[in-house]
Amino acid sequence: MLDPGELVEIETRLERKPTPTELHVFDAMWSEHCSYKSTKYWLKQLPNKNKNVVCGPGENAGVVDIGDNENIVFKIESHNHPSFIEPYQGAATGVGGIMRDIFTMGARPIANLNSLHFGSPDDTRVIHGVVKGIADYGNCIGVPTVSSKSYFGDCYMSNPLVNAMTVGYVKGDVFTSIPKSKGRVFYVGAKTGRDGIGGAIMASDSFDSDVDLRPTVQVGDPYYEKLLLEASLELFQTGAVVAAQDMGAAGILSSTTEVALKGGYGIEIDINKVPLRESHMEPWEILLSESQERMLFVLKDDFDYEQVSAIFKKWELDFTEIGALTDTGNFVVQDCNIALSALDAPELQRPYSYGAPDSFTKGTEPFDETWIYKQYDSDVMGNTVQKLWHDPAIIRIPNSNKSIAMTTVSNAEYCHKKPKEAIVDIISQAYNIMQSVGAKPLAITNCLNFGNPEQPHIMNQIVETIQGMKIICEELDLPVVSGNVSLYNETSGVNIAPTPVVGIVGLKQCVVL
Amino acid sequence: MRSVIVEFPGSNCVAETQRFLDDPSMVWHTETELPDADLYVLPGGFSYGDYMRGGALAGLSPVIASLKQKAMQGKKILGICNGFQILCEIGLLPGTLRKNQNGLFVCETQTVYDEDNDYVLPIAHGEGNYYHPNPASVNIALQYKFTNPNGSINNIAGIYNDTKNVMGLMPHPERAFESFHITQDGFKLLDNFMEQ
Repeated sequence: MLDPGELVEIETRLERKPTPTELHVFDAMWSEHCSYKSTKYWLKQLPNKNKNVVCGPGENAGVVDIGDNENIVFKIESHNHPSFIEPYQGAATGVGGIMRDIFTMGARPIANLNSLHFGSPDDTRVIHGVVKGIADYGNCIGVPTVSSKSYFGDCYMSNPLVNAMTVGYVKGDVFTSIPKSKGRVFYVGAKTGRDGIGGAIMASDSFDSDVDLRPTVQVGDPYYEKLLLEASLELFQTGAVVAAQDMGAAGILSSTTEVALKGGYGIEIDINKVPLRESHMEPWEILLSESQERMLFVLKDDFDYEQVSAIFKKWELDFTEIGALTDTGNFVVQDCNIALSALDAPELQRPYSYGAPDSFTKGTEPFDETWIYKQYDSDVMGNTVQKLWHDPAIIRIPNSNKSIAMTTVSNAEYCHKKPKEAIVDIISQAYNIMQSVGAKPLAITNCLNFGNPEQPHIMNQIVETIQGMKIICEELDLPVVSGNVSLYNETSGVNIAPTPVVGIVGLKQCVVL
Repeated sequence: MRSVIVEFPGSNCVAETQRFLDDPSMVWHTETELPDADLYVLPGGFSYGDYMRGGALAGLSPVIASLKQKAMQGKKILGICNGFQILCEIGLLPGTLRKNQNGLFVCETQTVYDEDNDYVLPIAHGEGNYYHPNPASVNIALQYKFTNPNGSINNIAGIYNDTKNVMGLMPHPERAFESFHITQDGFKLLDNFMEQ
């Protein structure tokens, strides 16, 4: 929720009182989830370039060049809060969301990984729901789940961590969310409903146990996403695409404003054209809905309509023009007309200082991961060389003699004691795991799961983690090309242990071990 | 060998089946006429999401009438996993595939056998629990050798029609043919089916 200071800031920027729709717009865009306002200042300091990096943070996912005009696209993302409220859908849509980030860039997802932190093996409501959610989504869309790690600790009992990573591959150039010219704005995919409204704001807040938050969790449809994946990849081939952005947190609102802002344009949207599956939705509800399996495409003004509409007819998807990029620099929809530059959330420099961490006890109960592993289709696509029981996973690049090694690493117990030393150790370990199979480590992605950043001792954990990450990544020439921050992992006043999860990919110049 | 893959929305084992068959023709489910070929393959996946029942909606696709004709003409038809479910759904194979007995999706390696051979092949399915009220009447193609992963009757992993030109199986031969795969038994299985 916007605080009084932020309300004053908004009125100053607009030089008037915001309209009701505009208030919803600022509320969502300035949420921690969309704006990274608490961590932006620190994250900027991480190394994110080297000779292999094609796209770093700020895009839908990170991109590294593996030679021969081939690129690997990857990112890790959290779906922690939704997975506690509704474990099955929360986890499923987490997987769906991260895969969309990958194919939004024109790459085909080739592997899914996940890192899970639960309260205890006895917490079957959460564990069974999360595992089935991940499995059903990945299995149905046909992307192998090749790495899955489960950890236990008391702090995750009412705040489990579900971090999902996808690795994608594309021969040829990637597509970005930065339009290099103006164009027509199209809405593609599933219809918009009321599910997930306020999801970004929910994900940016601590929990109160009595409030029913289930309506803020999105509902996933992996079959629909499969159609969207194939249609999107075909659309990229036509040359019609100027820019693409998936509709994730804060849905139409964040995708439209992000694309326009990145290109230095304005954008005008006709909300009445958005395909709806429910009647009587308010404009702000349409803007903020987080209905899944939707994408935004900016297409060239003179694209071949016949060719493009044939693709969407084949895959039986909605394909609707909802607006256009403009020269005004403004975001215009209904009673909302604001300069896009005003939407850029103020960067916070939250106070930080050392304080005793919240208590944490690592779970030591035996747990058989085979039960989880067998629920994942780990062989679909036919490229799996090594998986699950064997770390790292290795995936052959189709029609080549290269393969990609990949894994995730975390160590909450160590982070709880010494966040800075722990992250150095985690990243060194990730690096070593790549080298153990003869893979050259390429880059990392991070998911920073922390407690409430408004508490100085939590902010201190964040700062120390990022500082440690900077040191080791510079030393190893390991750029951080994508990531996600999940804060406010605090339930009824108890913060989780600092739990950064690192995802890494490495390149092998052969397929065999 | 001229082969055809019949693709439905939600088929997701297409790329590896293409590699397995070496340059097959692709036919989209809305086609009404299948081209002439030696083998027609219905690949694995989740056609139409399989939210209702595996293969239920794919069975209503326009291409099915032509597929039934090819079966009548004695052409070879192979249904893998979701393809097996579709073949049962449209009556080209008897019986049905129910949800796995324990309710969970299962992905693992299984040894299956016919009269002459063992095949070590990956399986990955949620609805592979084959059932027929009179299993003695079923022309069994493959059976699980050591453990039954899904509760199927008589440990059935794959079946033929009466004339043995139509085969459905739960294991994935297209995941067992390259050097880095668990085995290369997929080719052996395909060759044996073509020689039937």
